[in-house]
Amino acid sequence: MTSKVGPKRLVVGAHYGLRDWLAQRVTAIVLAVYMVLLGAWALFSGPLGYEGWAGAFAPTWMKVATLLALFSLFFHAWIGIRDLWMDYVKPTGVRLGLEVLTILWLVGCAIWSVQILWRV
Amino acid sequence: MSTPTASAKKPRPEFRNIHITQILGYRLPLAGIVSILHRVSGVLLFLALPLLLWMFELSLTSELSYERLRGLAGSVLVKLVLVALAWAFLHHLVAGIRFLVLDLHLGVDKQASANSARAVLVVSVLLAAAVALKIFGVF
Repeated sequence: MTSKVGPKRLVVGAHYGLRDWLAQRVTAIVLAVYMVLLGAWALFSGPLGYEGWAGAFAPTWMKVATLLALFSLFFHAWIGIRDLWMDYVKPTGVRLGLEVLTILWLVGCAIWSVQILWRV
Repeated sequence: MSTPTASAKKPRPEFRNIHITQILGYRLPLAGIVSILHRVSGVLLFLALPLLLWMFELSLTSELSYERLRGLAGSVLVKLVLVALAWAFLHHLVAGIRFLVLDLHLGVDKQASANSARAVLVVSVLLAAAVALKIFGVF
């Protein structure tokens, strides 16, 4: 059996946080690409007006891309805010309560985003 | 010339586990400032999520709601909030790119990291200033 301590320690599996660490970075890249592309498009296409702006979100592919970016945002925010609770809130019960509220809040935002996008 | 006795006379402040009351007396390096601002800007954006989603909804739902949003964005207070959020987003984005590069073990030595931290602060403030000028209708 391999040693459980030292540099050869197996750091994958439950509660080591590697999955969350990676998810935070992958969602960051998805968000960065989406926001930079959207920002550049809005900047270079001149005054859009309602027609131009809402029209951009009409095609299904744009709705899907936007929803993927928003889901990335909510997952990203979950990890960041969870880190905050882990850093600053020590009593387990309070921390659990805050984590549950954060999850409910972000899942609620995700459902709201679906409604916003598919109403266009 | 600094002698051992001189340094014994005036000991450098020593911090172990920083207490909240010591924060202002603790001189952070640039990389530390970028790091804590990354956290602060992330929290700001998280808190502003309902506002941002609501504005996104107004912008898309109908021509009427779009005009309502334009009306809201006419107030100076709303403009200032938008500028603050634009800074938060831009700092989070630019500092985040720096962190991703650091994750690749690039620019991790002391000087390079101080330089990139300074670049992050300058670039994000310049971009936010450009957004602010745009929001206030300078161009």
